[in-house]
Amino acid sequence: MDLFGVPITALMAQLMIGLVNGCFYAVLSLGLAVIFGMLHVINFTHGAMFMLGALLSWAGLHYFNINYWVMLVMAPLIVGAFGILLERLFLRRVYHLDYLYGLLLTLGLTLIIEGAVRSAYGVSGRPYGPPPIAGVTNLGFLMLPNYRLWVIVASLLVCGATWFMIERTRLGAYLRAATENASLVEAFGVNVPMMVSLTFGFGVALAAFAGVLAAPVMQVSALTGQTLIVIVFAVVVIGGMGSILGTVVTGIGLGLVEALTKVYYPEASSMVMFLVMVLVLMVRPNGLFGGGE
Amino acid sequence: MSGTPALVLDNVRAWYGESLVLQGVDFQVLPGEAVTLLGRNGAGRTTTLRAILGLTGRRQGSIRVFGEETLGQPTYRIARHGIGYCPEERGIFASLSCEENLKLPPLFDNGSPGLSLDEIYQLFPNLAERRHSPGKALSGGEQQMLALARILRTGAKLLLLDEISEGLAPVIVDTLGEAIRALRSRGYTILLVEQNFHFAAALCDRLLFMEHGRIIETLTPVQLEDQADRVSRLLSV
Amino acid sequence: MSAFPSLRTCGYAMLLFALVVAPWAGLYPVLGTKLLCYALFACAFHLLLGYTGLASLGHAAFLGVGGYVAGYGVKMWQLSPELALLAGLGSGALLGVVMGFISIRRSGIYFTMITLALAQMVYFLCVQLPQTGGEDGLQGIDRGRLFGLLDLHDDLTMYYTVLVISVAAFLFIARVVYSPFGQALQAIKDNEPRAVSLGYHPNHYKLIVFTLSAALTGLAGALKAISLGFVTLSDVHWMTSGHALLMTLVGGLGTLSGPVVGALALVTLENKMGALGAGLASLTGFAWFSTLGESVMMIMGIVFVLCVLTFRRGIMGELLSLSRHRPRKTA
Repeated sequence: MDLFGVPITALMAQLMIGLVNGCFYAVLSLGLAVIFGMLHVINFTHGAMFMLGALLSWAGLHYFNINYWVMLVMAPLIVGAFGILLERLFLRRVYHLDYLYGLLLTLGLTLIIEGAVRSAYGVSGRPYGPPPIAGVTNLGFLMLPNYRLWVIVASLLVCGATWFMIERTRLGAYLRAATENASLVEAFGVNVPMMVSLTFGFGVALAAFAGVLAAPVMQVSALTGQTLIVIVFAVVVIGGMGSILGTVVTGIGLGLVEALTKVYYPEASSMVMFLVMVLVLMVRPNGLFGGGE
Repeated sequence: MSGTPALVLDNVRAWYGESLVLQGVDFQVLPGEAVTLLGRNGAGRTTTLRAILGLTGRRQGSIRVFGEETLGQPTYRIARHGIGYCPEERGIFASLSCEENLKLPPLFDNGSPGLSLDEIYQLFPNLAERRHSPGKALSGGEQQMLALARILRTGAKLLLLDEISEGLAPVIVDTLGEAIRALRSRGYTILLVEQNFHFAAALCDRLLFMEHGRIIETLTPVQLEDQADRVSRLLSV
Repeated sequence: MSAFPSLRTCGYAMLLFALVVAPWAGLYPVLGTKLLCYALFACAFHLLLGYTGLASLGHAAFLGVGGYVAGYGVKMWQLSPELALLAGLGSGALLGVVMGFISIRRSGIYFTMITLALAQMVYFLCVQLPQTGGEDGLQGIDRGRLFGLLDLHDDLTMYYTVLVISVAAFLFIARVVYSPFGQALQAIKDNEPRAVSLGYHPNHYKLIVFTLSAALTGLAGALKAISLGFVTLSDVHWMTSGHALLMTLVGGLGTLSGPVVGALALVTLENKMGALGAGLASLTGFAWFSTLGESVMMIMGIVFVLCVLTFRRGIMGELLSLSRHRPRKTA
């Protein structure tokens, strides 16, 4: 069975890979948007944090024989703590300045992190070895590796949990309120400086979580983040940073569009999401789901 | 304990960036008292409230809240001494519902229970009807009531209210006046910033006049009537 | 303050004099040429950032494409250097109009992200197109003879040619900034709603400046391609745009000469890192220092961080505030 000259099983397999990539984009851009809402800083280190998550999971397995499941919890915690440290030491000093300085600072931190990893491990990716979940599920039209299924489920769960936390809990209400007017929330007696630290830590922990998920299916290397971060920027420009659902849908949608392009016109697959961005900007300058300046 | 003033400002100077806005403010407010800051625009009244909470730039002097020096503290710690703040722009969170706004400020664990949600809805019946509306859908009057209402739950004992009657219909101003009388009878200490001195005179014990970042005159509501000419001169633009 | 313009003129005269005599004072002309190309790049970048407040992270696209077009023109169509430079300038302008048209609809951080994404698209295009030579880039671009007369194969001739072109471009930028057009830009930057109410169309102005900036960046790319003889993918990579931003900030945002000084400082630092590391290693006995040359990325990152945390006014900004404050203290 063919669809426009491509066997449907091949198409489905590509779409499944696109869905997995889309999940990574979604989790990454979600963290970026949460951080931006609270700190008004575009976090350039996000791609590097993804890479650190993947690297930690690889290092845990190879140096200390710590298995994937432990690292899935540990790596985001370590990276989150590292993020909180960076926030306290550096980012905190630029909130009152033009956005340019936050951008430059995080860009500089990215170079340091990526440069350090590169000088320790080189630029080529380290193979993780076989995924921790083996086996394949036969969906009839497609043989789906179980690990990929797990990546999709885990990503959606994390996005859902983030949504719940922000929209339905007291902490989330503080977060939404502080996004609008942080100093008033602080004047109510809420420890906003700590919330800002935790938000940054949480955001980069999400990136690290995506990194751990990606380690067994993607060759993550020191510079992977540099390409990824630009894609994630495109996602937040397209989706707008206003809504969680919007960010997640845009991320997954772009993963699928990229996969379809890979099937039908592979030469354009690395460019297609930027083309989508241009088109969206032409029609809706504020992005698909609103999200102001 | 009753001897300690609720709020003491002692030679307070505050800056926004490089410009000195408060140039030595001195006054105190006793527990249970209601005091109004009057003055022209730019005299430093709003800045005084913001300086108490540490929301300005650099500050000097001494600000004691219920006897505790707060000058070196971060804003959230100052608030926890029992301050409720209602800013001039009201600060209703657009993306939160009316009731979420109402429940947002955390309760202080200072042993003084605030009003319950029921009591608040009794005081402001309009808010009960709009409890599920998003903040951005509320009218100006409803937003003002909400801004006042939400700091009553927390156990705050000292209320800083900035221009709460500004730009509202007379009937809503009356409701707010009633609410403030009710709060006074419950023992709240209130510091108002007002443009409308008729509104303020009917509610408070003392009126402080500010100019160029200083207190230049203190009057009681009774004196206000005798000195109407001077007052209008002090407030005229 | 009346002494100030003459002080500034003196400063420029000294800088120009230093650049003229530098090759005779031991500056390797090829390094000098590279310094000048990056200085022009930074000035062009700063024309946009300093006078509209728009921070683009897409300028690598103009630099790279300008270089590729000039290099391809020389290699495939045997273009003379002056035509190749024009082609680089034109291609920068053309790409600038398109990217500017798309990106100036948004401002602030969104503008930055959009320019970055668009430049990434250009990057991937350059990776794919056979004309760019892919991973190898364009190598062995011949310098040729300028107007059929000046033989650019001589490093010194090349250096002075680039110096003349750079100075001309710098004067052009100064002319733009101090013209009524530049004043209008300043008005828009200071208060866009007011400028609109005065009848200006901010987006027209922004697009024109964006295009000028892109064109000059294309010229810098072409100069660099012809003088150094190669263009690679790293010229189009977005990190190059980040470098332009860093040069501008290190030099001093909002000062005309800042980008020049910043470019000179950073390119020198980058070039001397290996030697510096080796020197430090032999001096201190720490072998680690000798790896400094390989850690350019990390060092640049540290410069970024230091610049933001301690040195926000940049070299020229600090100097200017010194020269402004001293008379007040003595008076």
